[in-house]
Amino acid sequence: MIRLEKRPNPSRLWTALTPVLAVLLTMIAGGILFAILGKDPFEAIRTIFWDPLFNEQFAAFSRPQLLVKAGPLILIAIGLSLGFRAGIWNIGAEGQYILGAVCGAAVGLAFYPSESPFIFPLMVIAGALGGWAWAMIPAVLKIKFGTNEILVSLMLVYVAEKLLASMALGALRNPEGGGFPGSRNLSQHPGTDNPELIAGTGLHWGVATAFIAVILAYILLNRHILGYQIKLAGQAPRAARFAGVNPNLLIAICLGLSGALAGLAGLFEVSGPAGQISIDFNSGYGFTAIIVAFLGRLHPVGILLAGLLMALTYIGGELAQFMLGLPAAAIQAFQGMLLFFLLGLDVLSNYRIRLTGFAAKGAS
Amino acid sequence: MGGIDPVVLIASLMVASTPILLAAIGELVVEKAGVLNLGVEGMMILGAICGFATAVETGSPALGFVAAAIAGAAFSMIFGLLTQYLLSNQVATGLALTLFGLGLSALIGQGYVGIKAPNTPRLDLPVLSDLPIVGPILFSHDAMLYVSLLIVAGVWLFLSRTRGGLILRAVGESHDAAHALGYKVIRIRLMAIAFGGACAGLGGAYLSLVRVPQWTEGMTAGAGWIALAIVVFASWRPWYALIGAYLFGGIVVLELNLQAAGVKVPVDLLAASPYLVTILVLVLMSRSKSRAALNAPADLGRSFHATA
Repeated sequence: MIRLEKRPNPSRLWTALTPVLAVLLTMIAGGILFAILGKDPFEAIRTIFWDPLFNEQFAAFSRPQLLVKAGPLILIAIGLSLGFRAGIWNIGAEGQYILGAVCGAAVGLAFYPSESPFIFPLMVIAGALGGWAWAMIPAVLKIKFGTNEILVSLMLVYVAEKLLASMALGALRNPEGGGFPGSRNLSQHPGTDNPELIAGTGLHWGVATAFIAVILAYILLNRHILGYQIKLAGQAPRAARFAGVNPNLLIAICLGLSGALAGLAGLFEVSGPAGQISIDFNSGYGFTAIIVAFLGRLHPVGILLAGLLMALTYIGGELAQFMLGLPAAAIQAFQGMLLFFLLGLDVLSNYRIRLTGFAAKGAS
Repeated sequence: MGGIDPVVLIASLMVASTPILLAAIGELVVEKAGVLNLGVEGMMILGAICGFATAVETGSPALGFVAAAIAGAAFSMIFGLLTQYLLSNQVATGLALTLFGLGLSALIGQGYVGIKAPNTPRLDLPVLSDLPIVGPILFSHDAMLYVSLLIVAGVWLFLSRTRGGLILRAVGESHDAAHALGYKVIRIRLMAIAFGGACAGLGGAYLSLVRVPQWTEGMTAGAGWIALAIVVFASWRPWYALIGAYLFGGIVVLELNLQAAGVKVPVDLLAASPYLVTILVLVLMSRSKSRAALNAPADLGRSFHATA
């Protein structure tokens, strides 16, 4: 018989090892999936994980993309991880990301055609505020009425998508765009652009912000009383209340902060890689960031690595789509699988596996 | 407003509500057993494509619904395995189920975009279906709609009038006490999860076979999440889930009719209204804390680990 025995503390070894194991298992399961789809599994895995970085033909294009894709994922996941640690589930980052982009872009477009260097900082502030405000809706409702933040934040994603469509077709539409939906291009206009800071690396302001967020989150969680309270509230909510943690304040901070970071990610995306507000501007970063947060064990450094890995599957997935005709949905399923394996393997860090034979039965 | 016919409105709101109703009644049973499965959206969309594909390949919508129920239940067992045996976090695992389901369904559905589903026959009773007002509302729907009402009645009967229902509720209220009494907590929960998955699968298939009826990626568009909200709205009572789902369906149908009638409200606001109304309902329900809290299963969302 197999018996699980709860560990007094999660095993550090297994906590670090399970993401690696999960990735390996996902590669195997993904290989089987690709084989069922009639693709060579080894070639598919190599195309996804190896070619974007080391293939001579593609690496020059793919490598900078790594940071471009990882930036928003890390930025959003860092914010989400704080809430997840405290048991506050913001799963509407996709909506906050959209609002950040819309608000930031609106500020940038309001000053058009000015090229003043003050516009971009203003856009950044507007983007963060937009995401923050959108996340404060579930926060306020939870604090005031005890409404479930999971459902509210998720419903607001759909509302944000409708709002985005209305903006792309209406208020923010490019007046010189010949009636096509979509705003003016922000990334090709000095003053509103979020350029590549070091040529050929893909590093833009959003990526830089993501790195800063990683460092600040690390300090917050390890050196600051708020970080301690967040961890305490998640592990022992009752003890946290006795220790004087204000749960409402924690809800407001965790949701607000994750919203602001998601909003920033949206702003940096719309002024950089995406370039403009369009109907299909959002591409699921807000949801993939949930996987990134868990894959990184809700730890800032882990999230940094997980964000890079997840970005790799995005780029590798596009490459596999182009080279092998692998459907885009296969990558989405592949990413979902990764989360499953990770959550399943978590049992190893929280429990000891005991093999109990008949002899042990009498003892227990 | 003259263009909106109330009889047609009621008949079509029943059709619009059924997918959410099916998913909600399944999730209600799951939550009564003390398990919070946030993967409803994922199970629904998987049911939608599996039901659609089966119906297209075999030409039989009935087989499609059967396949959707099986697919939903099988898919929910991933969640069951992870949360019940490997004791993973239910919120995270449910989310994973949704994300994976969206990806997997898109993958399966690649060859089915733009195809029309075989027609699901409607009830056509002599005399009864031709009655004015009552006929179109009560006697001319497809069989699945009546099945959904039967499921609601069955769940109500099971939960409130049978020993099995009592045991299931006991497991949801206090898994430790139920375990001490000798009930198989994990087995009971797994059965509840499978039932929830089957219902969500049926709901998804109703969407792709009757309501739309077509397959498009991500076609559930939040219906699974709305079903979760309906369970809260219903305070875990089956008949209230029916009322909640039908009220909700009414809003959706009214919104579509208003759009068609060209009422001077921004289209995007109308399109967002189902989601805004859901939020509003959640707020109203959580305000009256005592009533909802009394009905919420006490052990909802907590992992069960037998220590002895």
